[in-house]
This record gives sequence, C-alpha cells and structure tokens, in this order.
Amino acid sequence: MIVVELNKMLRRPRTWVMVLLLCLLPAIVAVFLKTSDVAPRPGTGPAFLSAVLENGALFPAAALAIVLPLFLPVAVSLIAGDAVAGEAQAGTLRYLLVRPVGRTRLLVAKLVSVIVFCVVAVTAVSTSAYVVGTQLFGTQPSVASLSGPDLTTQQATTRTVLAILYVGWSMLGVAAVALFLSTITDSPLAASLGAIAMLITSGVLVGLDAAASVQPYLPTRYWLAFVDLFREPVAYRDLVRGTALQAVYIGVFLAGAWANFMTKDVTS
Amino acid sequence: MTASVIRTTALTKRFGRLTAVDAVDLDVREGDRYGFLGPNGSGKTTTVRMLLGLVLPTSGEVELLGTGRLRTVLPQVGAMIEGPAAYGHLSGRTNLALSDAAGRGGSRRTRRTRVGEVLEQVGLDAVDDRPVKAYSLGMRQRLGIGAALLRKPRLLVLDEPTNGLDPQGIREVRDLLLQLNAQGTTVFLSSHLLAEIEALCTRVGVLDRGRLVAQDDLAALQAPTGRTVVQTPDVARAGRLLGAAVELVGGDSLLVRTDDPAGLNARLVEAGVRVRCLQPERHTLEDTVLELTSDGSDRITAA
Repeated sequence: MIVVELNKMLRRPRTWVMVLLLCLLPAIVAVFLKTSDVAPRPGTGPAFLSAVLENGALFPAAALAIVLPLFLPVAVSLIAGDAVAGEAQAGTLRYLLVRPVGRTRLLVAKLVSVIVFCVVAVTAVSTSAYVVGTQLFGTQPSVASLSGPDLTTQQATTRTVLAILYVGWSMLGVAAVALFLSTITDSPLAASLGAIAMLITSGVLVGLDAAASVQPYLPTRYWLAFVDLFREPVAYRDLVRGTALQAVYIGVFLAGAWANFMTKDVTS
Repeated sequence: MTASVIRTTALTKRFGRLTAVDAVDLDVREGDRYGFLGPNGSGKTTTVRMLLGLVLPTSGEVELLGTGRLRTVLPQVGAMIEGPAAYGHLSGRTNLALSDAAGRGGSRRTRRTRVGEVLEQVGLDAVDDRPVKAYSLGMRQRLGIGAALLRKPRLLVLDEPTNGLDPQGIREVRDLLLQLNAQGTTVFLSSHLLAEIEALCTRVGVLDRGRLVAQDDLAALQAPTGRTVVQTPDVARAGRLLGAAVELVGGDSLLVRTDDPAGLNARLVEAGVRVRCLQPERHTLEDTVLELTSDGSDRITAA
C-alpha cells in the first residue's frame, strides 16, 4: 500500500511542480545577490544571506531559511491536506476501503508518502541551493559561523544535514495538522487552508509581544531555531524545545487523525 | 436451502435525529440476482455502504458470505458505489493496476493479465493510454465495473451500474451480469430504474423511508390481480352477459373479475361476443413499488 501511495504521489505532475517552485525561489534570491552584490547588513533579512556572499557552501542553510516561513509549509499543507480529503473528493476513498485497504494501513501509507514529500522537498531545496551557491559564490575551506570561531567544512556539512532534519521534523508537525483536518473534511482545499490558517495565526502571535505567555507553545515559535546550529558553540536550548514541541503536535494530531478516521462514516 | 450471501439483522443507521435506515433485514441468497429498489433518499446507498463497511451501523448486524468479519470477505466482493471513480491523471490500465495493488492478495505476477482480461470484459481494451480524465461518462462507468470484477468476486454489489451508458452499453452490461451470474456470481443491484430491475433480477427488495417494505421473488410481486382485460367490439353485449363481474368499462375494453380467464373466454365466445384480445391483468412492478412506497423522500412536504 505504501508503494501504491508513493506511486500515486510521485506520478502526479503537481508534486514536481511544487518541488521545482521551492527550488526556484532561493535560486532567484542567489542571482539577485550575485548581480547586485548588495547583501543585507548582518543581522537583518533572512539568516545567513550576508555570509553567503563569502561562502556559497552556506547557501543551503540560507535557502532553507528563505522557504521555511511560508513556501515550504504551504507545499506540505497542500500535500498532506489532500491525503485523505483528496481521495474523498475524487470518490476513490470508498473504492480503496472496499478493496479492502484497512483504514489504519491507508493512513500510515498516506503519512509515509507525506514524509517522503517533506524529505524530497527539503533535500531538493538544499541540494539545488548547494549547487547554485557554490557555482555563484565559490567555496572556502572554512565557514564563518554566526558567532564564535569558524567551522571546518566537515562541521558545516554535518550541521547542514542536522538543519535539514530539524526543518523536516518541523514540517512533519505541519503535515500532522493538515492530515488531521484532511480526515475531518471531504474538501482538500479546506484541509490545506485550515492548516495554513493555523500557521499564520501562530506566526502573528509569535510576533506579538502581548501574546508572550502562549508563545512557547506555538507551532511556528522554534522553526527558525535551526539557525542556532551554525553558532559555535551550538545553542541547543531552542532546538531541543522546538523538537519536543513538534513531537507533541505530531503525536496529538496524528492520534486525532487516526481516531477520527477509524470511526468515520465514509459518505463521500 | 441455499446459503445466505448477504444477511442483515435489524440494520439501523441514524444520522443525528434522522433515521436513514430502520431495522432492515436483507436476505440475499447465493446465485440471486437481487434488485434493491427504492425512491431517491430512501436509504439505499446508506444500506449499501453499511454492507461494505464504509458507514458504521448504529445498531444491527451485517453478514457477508456467511461472516460478520467484513475485512476477511471483502476481497471476494466487487463493488461499485454511487458512480465510478478513478485518478484522472492516470490511464485506465494504470488505475486498475494500482487498485489491484492496493489490496492484499492480488498476485503481482498475474496482475497484468488480469487487468487485461477485465478491460476486455468491459469493452475498454482498445482505448487505453488516454488518462481517465479524457474518458466519457460511459467509459468511466465501464472502468468502474471493471475495477469491481478485478478479483473475480463471488458477490457483486452494484449501485446504478448502467448510469450514463447508451442503450447498447446497457444491453452489454446486462449481458455481462447475466453471464457472470450464470457462472455463479451473486449480483446485488441497487437502482431506482424499475425497468432495469425487471429485466435483470430474480428477487427484489423494496426500501421506503429506510424500511424494507417488501422482499420477494420478482414473479411474486408481479402476481395476477385476479382481473382480466377483455377487448371486444361488442362491449354492451359482453357487459350484459357478465353483469356484476365487470368492474370497469372503457372504450372497447372491459375489466372483469374472474379466477378463470379460460372459462371467461369460452363464455364470451359461446354467447357470440367477438373477442379481440383477452389477457389476465398482472401487477406491474411499478404499481407494486409505487403502492408500497410513499412520495420520494427528497420531496419535502410540510409535516
């Protein structure tokens, strides 16, 4: 069943268009940076961009910081929101269930294909950004960290991989919310928009000082903490909190999705 | 005594305050061609969905092929519920292959041949590399039936299978179902098209407002009414001869109450009444169903 789901997702042109668009945005930013040579002053604009001019190997991390606030979560919401509701809307859900495919099995297969999408998207963005970055800006033997001494190339690579994993984990939190909504409604659009609306709300509250009391529990609060991986020494505090918080969101919403789907009357 | 293929016991489904299906006891036997009739909104589809485990019953039980554990027997059931559905961006062949791969038990080795056979059965073997979104309604319908046949099911549950087909296609599907039934497949057909049920089915269940108001052999539902229609140019003479037995006179025909049409004919001819046509009146399925059912429940009248 997992193979079938992957097959369906990977054969859909939409999936690849989204991945392509995700890769395109950092590339556009890189071209502008290269041609104008005007970097944001250190400490402003998306993370890393000022450092990228000196070392293209840092561009994957910069690219993640560019797509993370909006484009990546929107893409993940679209895919995960479509998972069950899309089948319901197309009418294929009932045929899958009477084939029969167990409901738990179907949900797990959907989850796996969403995870694969997260991994493919994040990896594609990082890889394309690495190619673009090193081609345009060249590399240097050592990488300037955001604070403290320089990192060796090997250190930088390890940390980039960790950053990819952290971003992927954060996106899984988004996917869990969208998947839950997807089992509630028969409209994939409603599920995706619902998840996106939740993220926007969270984003607004994170920026609002008056909401300081709830901020540690907001899903988007620690998203950008992967930047801390590029400090020397690494500031783990937010990373650990972010990982734990996403685990809670993933656990709660996946359990909700499962409980809801198991007892749902499929009338689509 | 033939085995029960579908048996429900006091099957009930409530959606909030609305009782969609109310204590339905279906009994479909092996080898039946069962017609499940009812006006729109009478609960047919909800019942079919409960049979297949899509909708969970509020109370009551469903047994398919002799067991209540649906998961174990669903591989032997082919279904089409409320129209076909497929992934529009893939071809019909790919759709069937994916559908087959989704469920356990379909051997990968024989998949290609099985898909090919089924496409041939439903008359889609020639047109194939097009994505399903380019299919006509009738082609989608055929593909849906094909998907139901993939695993050579013992029981076919079909909801309006000829929807969207032209007369030629309707005949083809009917012949296919008859042929499968002759090979031992039980067919459960849900429809509001009386003519279709009349042409195909051996047993009929009638659902009205969620209750099963009749379940019997088609022949029993089409039983003689005990009246005979007589057409004659000598209406007045026949009327005098038969007296009170005549229930209705209209134009050149009379409606005569009698248990013995042959005797009636002899009497008329003996008396010199010219008979153009004489035929025992039978209940039509339409009359029976309309008599048993109220207005379609999608017609909202003030309580």
